[in-house]
Amino acid sequence: MSVFDIFKKKSSGSVAKDRLKLLLVSDRANCSPETMEMIKNDIIKVIAKYMEIDCEGLDIQITTTESEDGNGIVPALVANIPIKEVKH
Amino acid sequence: MSEVIVVTSGKGGVGKTTTSANIGTGLAKLDKKVLMIDTDIGLRNLDVVMGLENRIVYNLVDIIEGNCRPKQAMIKDKRYSNLYLLPSAQTRDKTSVTPEQMKKLVDDLRDDFDYIILDCPAGIETGFKNAIAGADRALVVTTPEVSAIRDADRIIGLLEANEMKRTDLIVNRVRMDMVKKGDMMSIEDVVDILAIDLIGAVPDDNNIVIATNNGEPLVGNDTLPGKAYMNICHRILGEEVPMLDLDPNTGLFSKVAKIFKKN
Repeated sequence: MSVFDIFKKKSSGSVAKDRLKLLLVSDRANCSPETMEMIKNDIIKVIAKYMEIDCEGLDIQITTTESEDGNGIVPALVANIPIKEVKH
Repeated sequence: MSEVIVVTSGKGGVGKTTTSANIGTGLAKLDKKVLMIDTDIGLRNLDVVMGLENRIVYNLVDIIEGNCRPKQAMIKDKRYSNLYLLPSAQTRDKTSVTPEQMKKLVDDLRDDFDYIILDCPAGIETGFKNAIAGADRALVVTTPEVSAIRDADRIIGLLEANEMKRTDLIVNRVRMDMVKKGDMMSIEDVVDILAIDLIGAVPDDNNIVIATNNGEPLVGNDTLPGKAYMNICHRILGEEVPMLDLDPNTGLFSKVAKIFKKN
């Protein structure tokens, strides 16, 4: 980090743009509960091949998470899938 | 061939009514026969922006309910004889009209005009559904602010879901001084985020407040917003017009330099 970076503040305009881009990803994704339901059902189908899962307890949502290269926040699909039993 | 255009935004207070008034008047200035319909039942305002509030006898709901013929409710503009306003009802609510009734009304009237401009209420409920029901194309108005852009994105999604044939963007209230400092999203930023075609941008300008105070749309006069609105009207007619420089501080020298750059 150079000395100049300390003085370099991100302009509020680009802050707004970055926030909006992120927000709209989840807005657009959340727009249709039908789509979310379809994704959920497909996930259940795939996982069920390998293990027994608790379909009632399955929860998926669009959220945000820290990106791996540490460059800020990125949208992410988070699925919480309780496993009942792993098949042999 | 007539065209029905709905002016919408999702968020309130971004300039739908001002835009409707100026585009309606601008198209009339360009010798088109225009009808402006205020579809904001319960919160009518297009009449007062046009300076025609004292001439209202019947309104939109009166036509729908069969209390009068459409011609009786239309108000002829003071300035242009080819411009008409169909005012909304002030003492009723949005449920007084259904999208089917609205579509039928617009279809009945469209042959008598070159353009019908529908001023849509804020929100995404009944009023919005009524306004878009009879429209061929939409103009989405937004300002370079996070709340307005978020709502515009939602509206664009809903217009797509309703199979609107064409949707264009108007970025309103642009402040070039703030954009230059990086404290306001630029027109390009907004277009980039919303990803629809830009049909024009209008600067934030004191003259708009003054024009509304006087009930006189400023489209076509010598002010920056007056020119910006007129350019939008030309583009609606399908003409290619270069984007206006919205910076009021651009001097004559840089303007001349720009002309040479283009050639």
